[in-house]
Amino acid sequence: MFGNTSLTHFLFGRLSWEAIPYHEPILVVTFAVVALGGLALLALITKYRLWGYLWHEWFTSVDHKKIGIMYIILAIIMLLRGFSDAVMMRIQQAIAFNGSEGYLPPHHYDQVFTAHGVIMIFFVAMPFVTGFMNYVVPLQIGARDVSFPFLNNFSFWMTTAGAIIIMMSLFVGEFARTGWLAYPPLSGAAYSPGVGVDYYIWGLQVAGVGTTLSGINLIATIVKMRAPGMTFMKMPVFTWTSLCTNILIVATFPILTATLALLSLDRYVGTNFFTNDLGGNPMMYINLIWIWGHPEVYILVLPAFGIFSEVVATFCGKRLFGYASMVYATCVIMILSYLVWLHHFFTMGSGASVNAFFGITTMIISIPTGAKMFNWLFTMYRGRIRYDVPMLWTVGFMVTFVIGGMTGVMLAIPPADFVLHNSLFLIAHFHNVIIGGVLFGLLAGVNYWFPKAFGYRLDPFWGKLSFWFWQIGFFVAFMPLYVLGLMGVTRRVSQFEDPSLQIWFIIAAVGAFLIALGILAFIVQLVVSFLRRDELRDTTGDPWDGRTLEWSTSSPPPDYNFAFTPVVHDHDSWYDMKSRGYERPLTGFRPIHMPKNTGTGIILAGISTVLAFALIWYIWWLAALSFIAIVAVSIGHTFNYHRDFFIPADTVVATEEARTKTLAERT
Amino acid sequence: MPKPFSLARISIVLPLMLATLSGCDMVVMAPSGDIAVQQRDLIVISTVLMLLIIVPVICLTLFFAWRYRQSNKAATYDPEWHHSTGLEVIIWSAPLAIIIALGAITWVSTHKLDPYRPLDRIDAARPVSGEVKPITVEVVALDWKWLFFYPDYGIATVNEMAAPVDVPINFKLTASSVMNSFYVPALAGMIYTMPGMETKLHAVINKAGDYEGFSSNYSGDGFSHMRFKFHGLDQAGFDQWVAQVKQNGTALNRDAYLKLEKPSVKEPVRYYASVDDGLYEAVLNMCVREGQMCMKDMMHIDMMGGAGVESQENRAKLQHDNRHADQASGEGGTAATFPDTGNPSHSEEPAEGVEEPATMNHDGHQM
Amino acid sequence: MSATQVQETEKPQFYLTEEHHPENSTMLGFWIYLMSDCLIFAVLFATHGVLGRSYAAGPSPADLFDLGLVAFNTAMLLLSSITYGFAMLQMERGAKMETLVWLAVTGLFGATFLGVELYEFHHLILEGAGPTRSAFLSSFFTLVGTHGLHVTFGTIWLITLMMQVGKHGLTPENRRRLMCLSMFWHFLDVIWIGVFSFVYLLGVLG
Repeated sequence: MFGNTSLTHFLFGRLSWEAIPYHEPILVVTFAVVALGGLALLALITKYRLWGYLWHEWFTSVDHKKIGIMYIILAIIMLLRGFSDAVMMRIQQAIAFNGSEGYLPPHHYDQVFTAHGVIMIFFVAMPFVTGFMNYVVPLQIGARDVSFPFLNNFSFWMTTAGAIIIMMSLFVGEFARTGWLAYPPLSGAAYSPGVGVDYYIWGLQVAGVGTTLSGINLIATIVKMRAPGMTFMKMPVFTWTSLCTNILIVATFPILTATLALLSLDRYVGTNFFTNDLGGNPMMYINLIWIWGHPEVYILVLPAFGIFSEVVATFCGKRLFGYASMVYATCVIMILSYLVWLHHFFTMGSGASVNAFFGITTMIISIPTGAKMFNWLFTMYRGRIRYDVPMLWTVGFMVTFVIGGMTGVMLAIPPADFVLHNSLFLIAHFHNVIIGGVLFGLLAGVNYWFPKAFGYRLDPFWGKLSFWFWQIGFFVAFMPLYVLGLMGVTRRVSQFEDPSLQIWFIIAAVGAFLIALGILAFIVQLVVSFLRRDELRDTTGDPWDGRTLEWSTSSPPPDYNFAFTPVVHDHDSWYDMKSRGYERPLTGFRPIHMPKNTGTGIILAGISTVLAFALIWYIWWLAALSFIAIVAVSIGHTFNYHRDFFIPADTVVATEEARTKTLAERT
Repeated sequence: MPKPFSLARISIVLPLMLATLSGCDMVVMAPSGDIAVQQRDLIVISTVLMLLIIVPVICLTLFFAWRYRQSNKAATYDPEWHHSTGLEVIIWSAPLAIIIALGAITWVSTHKLDPYRPLDRIDAARPVSGEVKPITVEVVALDWKWLFFYPDYGIATVNEMAAPVDVPINFKLTASSVMNSFYVPALAGMIYTMPGMETKLHAVINKAGDYEGFSSNYSGDGFSHMRFKFHGLDQAGFDQWVAQVKQNGTALNRDAYLKLEKPSVKEPVRYYASVDDGLYEAVLNMCVREGQMCMKDMMHIDMMGGAGVESQENRAKLQHDNRHADQASGEGGTAATFPDTGNPSHSEEPAEGVEEPATMNHDGHQM
Repeated sequence: MSATQVQETEKPQFYLTEEHHPENSTMLGFWIYLMSDCLIFAVLFATHGVLGRSYAAGPSPADLFDLGLVAFNTAMLLLSSITYGFAMLQMERGAKMETLVWLAVTGLFGATFLGVELYEFHHLILEGAGPTRSAFLSSFFTLVGTHGLHVTFGTIWLITLMMQVGKHGLTPENRRRLMCLSMFWHFLDVIWIGVFSFVYLLGVLG
């Protein structure tokens, strides 16, 4: 008997049937839906014999365009999960009054808000942003791929592996109940002994590897792979913001990695970094995590700013106002974002001078941000604005974001923060900037670059509907939270005593419902556009009368992006080419040197998932085995010296001739 | 193009709504303590300052969006216009000017409203006079209730505190296990409470009344109900309250504290007529339990260069977090892995805050 | 949209007719990676800076560290950097065998370093001064151990590269890889100098 249990213990660590939450109806239903949906999807793939196609053309692809698209698909799937969490919280808070405990007991509610934050930041916003940078940057700088194509594929799969690890916690065990930054001592072994925090740690660590490597990759790409003539001050603004974002990624994610590693040592080995006893210092974790965490906000919002800059210039039919000051503002924001982290914990009892210093540096960031806002504004001035969907999102952003900016500066004043910190006012503020800034930008980007990626536009009707639901839903959902914050209501509370609050939570829930309609409209937009793809077809490669190089090639671009490397004379280089009589080359094609696909990335990420799972559940033999496997596969990969091939000239000629034909047909 | 207009309506109406709402139940905007009043004033001043720039930006955005729409052929179209030094100077210096003003306000107010700084006024009209003796309250955030010591009166309470009107209150705050934040919106801004550390807060209540106090930093299962009543009383009322505590209270010795410390939810109000000497100090230094070494003694030893290699026994004396509880609770560790599934949840049946099963493992301390 | 309008006046070149070969990014990319790794060490150093005097009423550096041993170990690592430099010189000359020999010597120095470090850790843990004893020891073991892990991986990488050079010779790819490992190896040296000065010397003497 004893021998049996210890064998079970050896084989399965702390994993047991208890870990499967079959007694939680919400989770069982979710699981059933996910499982059925998943099985249906697998069946469809099998029926249409798509496995080979998916494996060879997508999963193992090193093409930056395909990887970019896969990142965005991941982000959209995770958005649905993160948003479900949001709706669950809104419903709970709307009904848990007058002694009712609502339908989510604290141990479940606490997982939901933790998962919501983690998923939205790490597995929605991050892959969304990285996806755009992957897809667009090489095209904008006239390159054929990124600097390290294999690494790119590996980064994507590591991000996906992180997402899978987080999703697993839904059905096997539990997720962290600590808030999205897992402050110790609460997240330490003593106060969170279960697997939840371990899921959190390993999910983020695995995804963090991907994020850091992708940051390195994109910096090298932007620095080294630009087309001839494209000096730094001739780079498109989106490429600029991507460069700054990736510098931030490389300069901050290692801090997150190290901090979480210290937390995991506390949990696994029993060290005393962040414990209360034996000299540990939990305040150090809070400092370290925010030294990563604040720049992270700018990692997300800078690319969104870049997207708005591209969109506003294109749809106003006008050069961007103040290109240089836009670039400088981006760089200033990048640097300042390191000097403000303490504003996340003014209430931890730092001295007045320290608090004031960090409050003022925080406010200073609003100067370059304000300058950017004015730049967009004066780009619209004397423009000829076409209200296609991307431009709607941009105007919506400009109106919404300034409100978030204003409340942000309010929170930067330490004594004001003392009454607003951790309140729903704070929640409203950061949703105001993350939804109104980042998410609006990303959705503008989807509508803007979709025709480039797939060769047909997104349906404008459903796009506009989606925009209005989001825009109005946002205000209905979050303005009540500002009010509640001023009524002294704290975040992360799941049950309320004061009945006068309820009406505001109900309004907020209605807002969440409107946003749900916005998401639904977006999905309908994707489906409708696919069905109407022939009507919406873009044969020109330049559906919006664009200004940057990605619009100079076909939609979707050929594998090699550009048959001939473009030469750049201006930062709106495609606009420049068009206005100066560029003629598309029709002869002289050569074979093109390209990287080969490889399955190593997905295999390594797969084993990493197993490693993480084994570590989470204390299955030590499996952890050791999978770790050795990772090292072995990595070394094996370095013995492969044949990583590239040539696209034959004939193929290039055929591709380019087909494009010549479609271009001729339209005129 | 009717669309920008509905946008406009939303963005203008909502701040107005906010403004009109501030009269009634928005405690942050209508507080009763002088510190909170000054903090409220800062919110108002900074909002007004920023609206100087925000309102024109929103209006200009909507105006340009309307005026330069594609269908309006009357508007000037100048596709090459992209630079104006004068305009650049304005767009950088206008926010700069606002931030200089706000920065100055921030520097001054942060020092003036530093929670560690003793009060120098009772309210806008009255400075603190020499004869009013401040009242000291020592606050401990426990899982998941609040313990208040009144060292001047030798009493303590759970989940209820009172203070006389117009008398400065000196708070000293700490916590027993995880971080919390002490917040009475009507009184003053919040401050974190952290185990093994002391934070300070100085405040005064100016109007008699019953106010809400709570933890504003998430601390685990029972966090939602970690609330207490804060009574602002006139001097006579306060004396009566103290007398009532003394009359109805029990004794708070170390054993009683250790029982109280265990996790519990929706703890009823409790009064303690007497308190063991130095109990708050012991809580702060994490050495309430027999045989534990106090933090300050440890820090003293560390400052002197440690206790050498032969100091193994000190480790046990310093263990406060019960990190090995999952082994202690039996083979397999499933129970400890799933405190929320197999075992009764903390959220149900508070069970008087004692004899909780070793699920959350806050209650270990067995070494 | 495309070239419909004809402007004959000075039409600039808009594309390269020759195949474009952007500069290889590997060295830049690897350098950026090293900087990100450097940040991990920066966090660990900062942590040690905060916790380095929190002995939890336990042993302090002066009680624990044997500076002689650490100085010997430092010498090992510095020597390995020098011998790696010799390997690189031989690589420049195109001498495959000599390169391999110097790489092997480097690996031996690295392994010695690791052996001594493991001995030191073992000794400390036996004395009851393991990573769970105090915050100071937690940060010490983590900082030094992370460096040691890097050296371990460097050594594995070194062996792999020796196999690859042996098999394929000093091809451009292998030269690039040797350059990368060279940067990595010297980087670890620099980190170790920081560890030696701030953790050991300042710990014992400061």
